[in-house]
Amino acid sequence: MSATEEEKEQTVAEGEQAEASDEQAMASPEPVKPGTWLFIIPLVAFFIGFVVHLLVGWVVFPLLLYAGKKQPIDFNHKLHVEELGECEGCHYFREDGSFSGVPKLANCVECHEEAVGEHPEEAKLVREYVEPGKEIPWLIYARQPQCVFFSHAAHVNMAEMECATCHGPVGESDHTRPYQYNRLTLYSRDIWGHNIAGMTKNAWEYLQIKDSGGTIDGPARMKMDDCAECHEEKRGVKDSCFVCHK
Amino acid sequence: MKEAHHGEGDEKTYKFGMVIDLDKCTGCGACMVACMAENNISFRKDETDKLRSNFWMRVYKISNGLPFPDTEVSYIPRPCMHCEGYDHHHATPCVSVCPATVTDYNHETGIVSQIYTRCFGCRYCMAACPYHVRVFNWWDPRWPKGMEKYLNPDVSVRMRGVVEKCSFCFHRYQRAKNKAYAEGRRELREDEYQTACTQACPAGAITFGDLNDPHHKVYKLKKDPNAFRLLEKLGTNPKVYYVSTTDWVRKASDAYTGKQGEGVTPG
Repeated sequence: MSATEEEKEQTVAEGEQAEASDEQAMASPEPVKPGTWLFIIPLVAFFIGFVVHLLVGWVVFPLLLYAGKKQPIDFNHKLHVEELGECEGCHYFREDGSFSGVPKLANCVECHEEAVGEHPEEAKLVREYVEPGKEIPWLIYARQPQCVFFSHAAHVNMAEMECATCHGPVGESDHTRPYQYNRLTLYSRDIWGHNIAGMTKNAWEYLQIKDSGGTIDGPARMKMDDCAECHEEKRGVKDSCFVCHK
Repeated sequence: MKEAHHGEGDEKTYKFGMVIDLDKCTGCGACMVACMAENNISFRKDETDKLRSNFWMRVYKISNGLPFPDTEVSYIPRPCMHCEGYDHHHATPCVSVCPATVTDYNHETGIVSQIYTRCFGCRYCMAACPYHVRVFNWWDPRWPKGMEKYLNPDVSVRMRGVVEKCSFCFHRYQRAKNKAYAEGRRELREDEYQTACTQACPAGAITFGDLNDPHHKVYKLKKDPNAFRLLEKLGTNPKVYYVSTTDWVRKASDAYTGKQGEGVTPG
């Protein structure tokens, strides 16, 4: 047999094979496999898992992370603002420019040496703190870490900022809200922010949030980035570390 | 790249510095004590190992190395020099090496900061500092019982594992500014911001103020013909000046090593 004949036979054989497979395909066309739509199951499972984990992260985790405490006395800011006027009446500056912060018992005693009304919280104040002369252990929402220096005088006197810009409309509240703190760091939740997803606007934009119908009770956040962002925006420069740190 | 300087806003800028008169210094160490009390610097029961001791202000004793009766000594109080540097090639040594931006040169005050909460203790800055100004916290700070009540609330306490250094009592600047703001001023007077060591020195050897302000005492003192700075040849441009009428002390400032009797041996 010559080489060309061999080749010829080979090609014929191949052709037969090809024909045979064609016939097969013609005889039994591709059947629709049952349950192809099942591919959706892992996808659905993934999205359910995704949502569950988001909920755990955004709802369950903060509940576990933050503990709540009640203030010793349910203080009515609204009533006091109506009676005494502006914030500075009780939260005043000392002569050296430092900020007095939360008033001491002596400030309260000026009016509440004896009960002036009939509110049970006032009776509690007189009974538990004024009469024994014990300071009220207020929980400070806005307390910053020890390495932070903050000058109220710089912000209130020089920059003429409103108290509510950082602290929220505390003066309009009838009741004190619970003091929440981080179980790990022990810092107030007002520092770390109330929305763990970080969706809130920054603290100093609070007033704008309120104008647009927002319902945040208290400041959004008081972290270093919030201070730095406002400083950069208002002053046009990046501040050094040794402006707020000590 | 645009030069990004920190703190060049609407505030008045200062260049705080110090002039120390070595002729007046008796080496009593009152500045060191005042500094430790002011800045919450911790100490140990046994401070014999001086390499581990924590001082922000340290008084060194140097000698001219001559035998009696020609022996002379001089004391050199050494706070942080708050080097200004000149340019990128002669920048503040510690600032240029810090990998965590813990320390920066504040162009508003001329003070080199140290932010303890950022520091992770690599101690690269300690290696870079030619003045041995920086100290590392090998232990958590501890004070004898009851003494924690005397801590200064204006200065944060440093934890173990971070580097710290003299800040020119920066918290006093913050406090002075706070008071000025409450009075509606932006500028500080010379006497409103003084460091603890300056006020504690019984000999009045230390003068502190704005080196750029002709009304401040340091402005005149730094122009004294006998004024010098430590290791000026390194180009760190320090803001602590020394004044000494003694030749060998001035020579010693640049780590001059001549033949015996000309150079300096540590006392």
